[in-house]
Amino acid sequence: MISPRPRKIDPSLAQPCFVSVPTLFDRRLNPVSFALVGSGDGARKGAKAQRHYSSCSAALRLCVILSSAIIAFSQTSCRKERKVDIATREKILLLGNGDEPKALDPHLVSSVGDSNILRATLEGLTTFHPADDTKHEPGVAERWEPNEDFTEWKFFLRKNAKWSNGDPVTAHDFVYSYNRILHPEMAAPYASMLYFLKNGEAFNKGEIEDFAEVGVKAENDYLLVCTLERPTPFLPDVVKHTTWLPVHQPTIEKFGTMTEAFTDWQKPGNHVSNGAFQLTEWRINAHVKVRRNPHYWDAKNVKPNGINFYPIPNSFTEEKAFRNGLLHYTYIIPSNLISHYRDDNDPSLRSETYAGVYFYRCNTKEKPMDNVDFRRALAYAINQETIVKYVKMGGEQPAYGYTPPSEVGYKPPNVIEHDPQKAREFLKKAGYESGKDVPEFTVLFNTTEEHKSIAVAIQDMWKKTLGIEKVKIENQEWKVFQQTLFDMKYDVGRAGWIGDYGDPTTFLGMWQTDDSNNYTGWSNADFDRLLKESSYAKSTKDRYRILGEAEAILLDEVPILPIYWYTRVYLISPDVKNWNPLLLDNHPYKHIDLVPSGQTGKETE
Amino acid sequence: METARFILSRFLQSVFALVCIIAITFFLARLAPGGPFLDEKAVPEHLLEKMQEKYGFDRPLIVQFGIYLGNLVQGDLGPSFGNKGYSVNEIIAQGFPVSLMLGVVGLGIALAIGIPIGVFAAARKNTATDYILMTIAMIGICLPTFVIAPLLGEWLAIHLGWFDVAFWEGSSAWVLGSLTLGLYYSAYIARLTRGSMLDVLNQDFIRTARSKGVSPLKILFKHAFRGGITPVVAYLGPALAGLLGGSFVVETVFGLPGLGQHFIKAATNRDYWLINGTVTVFAVLIILMNFVVDVVQAWLDPRTKSKG
Amino acid sequence: MISEIHRHGQDIEKGSSLGRDAWLRLKKNHLAMASLWFFVVILAFCFLLPLFKFIPNPNITHPDLQSMPAFSSATSMEGQDVFYLLGSDHLGRDIFARILHGGRVSLFVGFLATAVSLTIGVIYGAVSGYTGGRVDAAMMRFVDILYALPFMIIVIILTTYFGNNLWLLFVCIGAVEWLTMSRIVRGQVISLKNQEFVEAARSLGLSQWRIIFRHLIPNTIGPVIVYTTLTVPAVMRLEAILSFLGLGVQPPNASWGSLIKEGADRMASDPGLLIYPAIVFGLTLFSLNFLGDGLRDALDPKSSKD
Repeated sequence: MISPRPRKIDPSLAQPCFVSVPTLFDRRLNPVSFALVGSGDGARKGAKAQRHYSSCSAALRLCVILSSAIIAFSQTSCRKERKVDIATREKILLLGNGDEPKALDPHLVSSVGDSNILRATLEGLTTFHPADDTKHEPGVAERWEPNEDFTEWKFFLRKNAKWSNGDPVTAHDFVYSYNRILHPEMAAPYASMLYFLKNGEAFNKGEIEDFAEVGVKAENDYLLVCTLERPTPFLPDVVKHTTWLPVHQPTIEKFGTMTEAFTDWQKPGNHVSNGAFQLTEWRINAHVKVRRNPHYWDAKNVKPNGINFYPIPNSFTEEKAFRNGLLHYTYIIPSNLISHYRDDNDPSLRSETYAGVYFYRCNTKEKPMDNVDFRRALAYAINQETIVKYVKMGGEQPAYGYTPPSEVGYKPPNVIEHDPQKAREFLKKAGYESGKDVPEFTVLFNTTEEHKSIAVAIQDMWKKTLGIEKVKIENQEWKVFQQTLFDMKYDVGRAGWIGDYGDPTTFLGMWQTDDSNNYTGWSNADFDRLLKESSYAKSTKDRYRILGEAEAILLDEVPILPIYWYTRVYLISPDVKNWNPLLLDNHPYKHIDLVPSGQTGKETE
Repeated sequence: METARFILSRFLQSVFALVCIIAITFFLARLAPGGPFLDEKAVPEHLLEKMQEKYGFDRPLIVQFGIYLGNLVQGDLGPSFGNKGYSVNEIIAQGFPVSLMLGVVGLGIALAIGIPIGVFAAARKNTATDYILMTIAMIGICLPTFVIAPLLGEWLAIHLGWFDVAFWEGSSAWVLGSLTLGLYYSAYIARLTRGSMLDVLNQDFIRTARSKGVSPLKILFKHAFRGGITPVVAYLGPALAGLLGGSFVVETVFGLPGLGQHFIKAATNRDYWLINGTVTVFAVLIILMNFVVDVVQAWLDPRTKSKG
Repeated sequence: MISEIHRHGQDIEKGSSLGRDAWLRLKKNHLAMASLWFFVVILAFCFLLPLFKFIPNPNITHPDLQSMPAFSSATSMEGQDVFYLLGSDHLGRDIFARILHGGRVSLFVGFLATAVSLTIGVIYGAVSGYTGGRVDAAMMRFVDILYALPFMIIVIILTTYFGNNLWLLFVCIGAVEWLTMSRIVRGQVISLKNQEFVEAARSLGLSQWRIIFRHLIPNTIGPVIVYTTLTVPAVMRLEAILSFLGLGVQPPNASWGSLIKEGADRMASDPGLLIYPAIVFGLTLFSLNFLGDGLRDALDPKSSKD
C-alpha cells in the first residue's frame, strides 16, 4: 500500500513570504578567483595584501547577505490555517495514540493504543458512558439481566444493530467471537479475560475440545446467555473490554480460517466493523484513519465524521506536533514540560486520575529479595512523596496500597508509607547490621527516561535511608525485559498495571498463586482463599471487605513495592468537547464533538 | 575485456557478500534471547508452543535458513510479528520510499554544502575564510543528530513556521529530516574535500596550469576537482550506509514512517523476518553503492582496477 | 682525515630526525598548539579534578533542588548545604561534577575504541594492500561484508547477550571503525608499494613484515592521523547515539553522550542541561580536530604552506 508522493511545501507559503535573494554567486563576489589570482610566485607582497583585503570583504559581504535574508524571511511569517483548524471544521479528530498498533484484531491485541482504535470501530454488548465509569451504556445489547446469584447473565440484543456491510449483528456473532479468542490455536495473548465464562479456561488450555461446553450460548438470534465460572456481578463492566468485542465471521473466513492470525481481514477495505466508524486507511508508523460507518445503529448520534490516530512514540515530538497545530490531543506529555503549561495556566493541559499503579516487582524466590523483612525495609524507605512531587510532577498520587482508589467505592487498606525509622528496623530484623552488608542486587526497568529517573532517585533513597551501597540499576529493552521477568532471572523489576475493568479484582487477581501475570513467585494460601471467597459474597460491601483483607495480606508481605498511582497528563485542544475525565480513559468517540473555540490559538510557541 | 571481467568479478563478490550478510544476521537474530511472542500480559506456556510450531521455529536452524533463502529468491520476505497482518514486503514497500527520499536528499544537501565549503576552504587555505568554514563544518560533526533535529524542529517549524514539525503525509517535515542528516555528512565531506583538494592543488601540474594562465575557476573545477573528489566518491558508500541506517533518529524526532524505525524496532521486538528483510534491503543498497563507487573509482584512477 | 670525517659525521647526527622536525613545525602552528593545551587541560580536569573533595559526588540526588541555575547554593530538604557551579539537573545532581565524570567515560571509550580500530585497521589494510592479488581481494570483500552489516542491530542483539556494559561498548565501536581505516591504509600502501624505496628494501632482502611495519606504515601516517582525529569524535558520537537508544553507559553513571541526550530531551524546559555538556563535548572535539590538522601538516613534509 504505497501512498502518493508527499506534496511539496505548501504553495501558499510561496506567495507573500518569499523575498528574492540577491544572487550569492555573483562573479565579483567570488572569493576563489581572487585567491588564485594572487597565489602566483611573483609580486607576492602586493598580492598577499590584496588577497587579505578581498578575503575579508568577501566574507563580510557573505555574512551581510545571509543575515539580511534570514531577517527578511522571519518578518514575513505567514499565518495559514493550521491543520488542526481544518480538521475541526471537517469534524475529524486528530489524536496522538502512543505506539504503532500491533494489529487491528480485537483478539490479538492487549495494549491501550490498539484498544483505542478498536473501540472506535467495534462495539461490544455494552459500551462506555462518556462521563461516568460506573455506568454501562447499551451497546449491541439493549438490556441485560443477571440471575439470582450472578452466575448467569442474559443479554438482549437490539434488532437494528448492523455491520458496516449491512449484515445484521446477531448473538451468533458473539458466540463465534468468543470461540475464536478462546481457541487454543488462536494463541490469543489476552484470552484470560474470558476465563469468567464457565469452562473458558479449560477450553483455552485444551482440556476441553468442544466449544459447546463453554458457558456462552445464542438462545436465538438476539439473545445471548453467559454462564459463568463463579458469581460475577460486574460482568456488564467486563464485556466492554476489547477482548469481548465481536468480529464478523464471513469476513474472517473469507481471508483464512477462524484461527489464522495474519490474515488480510483487518486491513482497510476488508475490515468489517459494527461500531460508529469503519477503517479506511492504515499506514504503518504513520496513521490509522477511521470514518463514519453509515450502517451503525446509532449513526445519527455520532458527532465526529472521522478520527485519525497518529502513533507517535516520541513524546517530545508529540508535544511539538500539538504546539505546531497538527494534533487535537496528545497521548502523553513529558514530565519536564508539565510545569510550563501549568505555570501559564494553559487550559490545554489536563491531569486526571487513571486507574493504574506503578510499582516494583520483587523476585521472592531469590536472595536477597526472598526475605520479607528486607522487602519491607525497601518499601518503607521509598519516599513516594518526593517521587510524585519532584520526579513525575504530573499530579500523581503516592500509593499507600496497591489497588488504586476508584469510584466504584473500593479503597485499599492504608499500609505503605515512607517511614525511615521503620525501614531501618526492618533492615535489622532482616539480619543486616547496616546497609553495607546487603549483597548487590539489580533494579531492572525497560528503557525510558521516566523509568530511569525514578530508578535513580529510588536507588539514592535506599542509599541515604538504609545505607545500601550496592544497588545496580539497569535498563533492558522491552522484549528482553519481558523475557527476564518470565524466566524469573531478576531481583527487582519495574512494573505498571492498568485496570481492565472497574472491579478491584482486575488488580488483585494477578497475585494469586501461579497467575500468569504474577512473575514474583509469591504465593499465599490465605490470599488465594480470600479472593475465591469474594466471588461468593452476599453484597458488594461484603465483597470489598473481603478483597480488602486480601490486599492487606499482599501489602504486609510486599512481594511488590507500590510507588504511585497513575494520572493521565495530556494536552487537548479546547476545540474538543465532551472529553470527560474517565478512570479507565475509555472515551466513547461518538460523543466527542469538535467546535471551533473562537480563538485561532497560539501559532508560534 | 578487462573492464568486463573486473565488473563481473566484483558483481559475483557482491552477491557472495550479500549472502554472507543475510546469513550472519539470520543466525545472530535467532540465537539472541527473547522471542517475538512476549508482552506485558503473559502468554501461557501451552500457547507459546503452539505458536512456535506454527512458524516452524521448532525445526533446526539450518533448515529454517534454507527455507528462508528459498523464499527470498522468490521475493517473499515473510510475515512480520511486530506488525501483524502485514508482510515484510508490504512494510518495506511503505517505508522504503521515505527512507530513500530522506537519504538521497540528505546526501544531496551534504554534497551541495560540503563540496563547495571544502573547495573554497582549500583555495583559501589558512586564511580567515578557511578557519570560519572549517569551524562551521566542525559544528556539524560535533553535535549529534538527536540534538540538531529537535533544534531545527523548534526553530524552523514552530518558531518560524516554514515547515511542519512532524508527519509524512501532506507534511513538509521530511525536509527538516533531510537537512539534519545532510548537515552532519556535509561536515565530513567538507573536510575530506578540503584535504584532498589541498593535496591536488600542491601538485606540479596545477602549478604548470597556473603559470600558463589558465583561469583560476577552470583550474579548480576542471583540473583539480577530478583528483580531489576521489576520496569523497569513496566516502559515498559509507555515507549512504550511515544515512539509511542512521535515519532512525530523524524519523523518530519528526514522526516519519521510514525504514529506520523498522530497523530498530525489529531488533527490539525480535521480529525475525523484518530484521532480515530490512537488513537485506539495506545491504543490497550498500553493496550496490560500493560496486558503483568501485567502478567509478576505477574509471577515475586506473591503478586501483588492476589490483581489484 | 679520518677524524675530520668523524667530526663531520657527528655534526650530521646532531641534525633533526623526522619526529623533531615535525614537532618544530607543529609548534609554529598556533591553533594546533592551543588545541593541544586545551585538550591536555580537559584531560586533567576530567581525570584529576574529581579526586579533590570539593567536587561533589555526581550521583547524589536532591530531587527538591532540581534545575537550579549556575553559581547557586541551597539547602536540601534533608538539611544538606550544596553549591552548584553549573547548576543542577532534573534530579538535583551537580552538572559540573557529572560533566567531569562523564568526560572520563567518554574520553576513555573514545581513545580505547580508536586505539583498537587503529591497530586492527592499519595492520589489516597494510597487509592487504601490500600482498595484493587474490588475498587482497578476499580481505577487502570481507571488509565490504562487515560494512554492510547493520551496526545498530548487531549492537542491540549483542547487548542482549552481554548486558549493558562499557567493555562491550568499545569492542563494538572499535570493531566498526577499523573498516574505513583499513581501506584508507590499503589505498596508501598500494600507491606507495611500487615506489623505489620499497624496491630498494626488497632488493636488500628485508622480510615482508619488516617492509610493512618499518617502511610502509610510517609513510601512511598522514592520512591515518587525519582519520584518527575524525574517528575519536565519531566514536564519541556513536556512544551518544547508543545512549539515545538506552544502550551503553548505565545510570547513574554518565557519559557526555548520555548527558547530552538527557539535555536534548529537556531542552525546552532546561537549556543548561544541554548547553554545558554540549559545549564541553564540542570544544573537545574541535580541539582534537585542529590538533589533527596541525599534526598532519607537521608530519607530512610535502604539504607546503603558502
